[in-house]
Amino acid sequence: MIEGLAALYIFMLAAFTGYEIISKVPVILHTPLMSGSNFVHGIVLVGAMIALGIAENTTQQAIGFVAVLLAAGNAVGGYVVTERMLEMFKPSDKKADKQEAK
Amino acid sequence: MDLLIQASYFLAAVLFILGLKQMSSPVTARRGIQWAGAGMVLATLVTFMSHELTENPQAMTNYILIIVAIAIGGGYAYVSGKKVAMTDMPQMIAMYNGMGGGAAATIAAVELLKAQGEVASGTGPTTIAQAMGVDITILAILGAIIGTIAFSGSIIAWAKLDGRLNTNKLLPKQQVINLILALVLVGFAVSVYFTNALMPIIVFFGLALVLGVFITVPVGGADMPVIISLFNALTGLAVGFEGYVLGNAAMIIAGTVVGSAGSLLTHLMAKAMNRSVSNVFFSGFGTAAAAEGQSDASGGTMKEVQAQDVGIMMAYANQVVIIPGYGMAVAQAQHKVWELTQLLTEKGVKVKFAIHPVAGRMPGHMNVLLAEAGVPYDMIYDMEDINADFGNTTVSLVIGANDVVNPSAKKDPSSPLFGMPILNAEESENVIVIKRGRGTGFSGVENPLFVLDNTRMLFGDGQKAVSELIQAVKEL
Repeated sequence: MIEGLAALYIFMLAAFTGYEIISKVPVILHTPLMSGSNFVHGIVLVGAMIALGIAENTTQQAIGFVAVLLAAGNAVGGYVVTERMLEMFKPSDKKADKQEAK
Repeated sequence: MDLLIQASYFLAAVLFILGLKQMSSPVTARRGIQWAGAGMVLATLVTFMSHELTENPQAMTNYILIIVAIAIGGGYAYVSGKKVAMTDMPQMIAMYNGMGGGAAATIAAVELLKAQGEVASGTGPTTIAQAMGVDITILAILGAIIGTIAFSGSIIAWAKLDGRLNTNKLLPKQQVINLILALVLVGFAVSVYFTNALMPIIVFFGLALVLGVFITVPVGGADMPVIISLFNALTGLAVGFEGYVLGNAAMIIAGTVVGSAGSLLTHLMAKAMNRSVSNVFFSGFGTAAAAEGQSDASGGTMKEVQAQDVGIMMAYANQVVIIPGYGMAVAQAQHKVWELTQLLTEKGVKVKFAIHPVAGRMPGHMNVLLAEAGVPYDMIYDMEDINADFGNTTVSLVIGANDVVNPSAKKDPSSPLFGMPILNAEESENVIVIKRGRGTGFSGVENPLFVLDNTRMLFGDGQKAVSELIQAVKEL
């Protein structure tokens, strides 16, 4: 489906995208952003579900089970802590909010 | 059905990228994580319908296992994430990141074991590489190494930051042992590629686990954020690789974006701390540094001051700059600090917060702690923006910070901090340092700022000292 050169192009473009996104981030958001990017690689949950889904014997099912368990922890935990951190960021008053949002 | 799934993955990838983009501004940040969250829910839901799951003869059992695993893993993470204190956030991120790395590694394990089973059955391919294909085998093995190291390393980072593991020493000549171990690991990685047996795969994963532990244990506490950030990037990379193995574009894109973004973030953090990433790995900072850095603090005495005097000084000041450090957060003094700030603002004093890039336990951590107390982010200044302003400052109030205001980083080439950019607190008219005792900071380096002529020490617990200041200002 996604093979060889096509995947190489995806890798390359995604790498530049990640670099671009981070390069303009103010220091005050570094921790939430690390947490947010930590959440995004929680997409491994999809892969873990497939890994468990294709498991054919008990050993593979056991390992796949661990995979899904860990991945779900990554995704859910990453979301909860990031959201908790970000909901606290507030400007001094509503006006400043609108100005910056433009 | 397949088209719907692919379209959903595509949409999820777009949402992740837009979400991360929005997280780069405090105004839109919250919406950003919500968008990314929506992408995650979408991707997870459609995966239940994917043909890999539905066509397996064991589909029913596997569905139940998946749901139970999500419930346990997600449930644990939800509860722990909701109740973790803001000060403990860095180790919690390390923990969730470790879980992601572990997941990537276990995906590789399932794939390798499946291929090995196919080879062992004796019909068809004779090596794992033949069964899986050259490119897929290589990326599966790479992802397995990276994911496993990120897993065990992150767990150690969590244990160290959480105070459960307090040693920096494991074995003598640790670096040499790590190098040998890494070479042996590479050897086994190659043998997994050519093997048809089970044993090399098991040893391979075991070695990677041990290597992750060995790499992380010697890293000093001050360098932990760099390591966590690096493991975050590595997990992203591992996820991207396993995404290729599974032919899943959403995983490839999200994983690679995090991999490169995390690498840049790691670099920025290391730079802010005046450390190179390789430095972090190959020297135990804080242990070695403490021994050599006891040079010039004996050249003067600290001068104590009472809270009443400081209160008067601040109430009639033009500008007060507050420099918070991790000590403030440990003392839970941030709410009191915000109360003091409001009092001073009412009296017409200009109050600013100066945040060093590594204040707290990782860049931006202090901002989170101040935000929790209610401090608006437009009162908070980065180092570059405030450093020129210390000359116009009547009082710099240093609360629980130490290394980030240590002038020997600028003046003393023998100091282990030498070269690290610092906040120029010593340039302000008066410096007040709130400190529990006379000891050294996180890095164990003496601070000549404390004995300067314009510096006064206010000894005591952060929260109590700030309460006294509030009282003093109120009484005026």
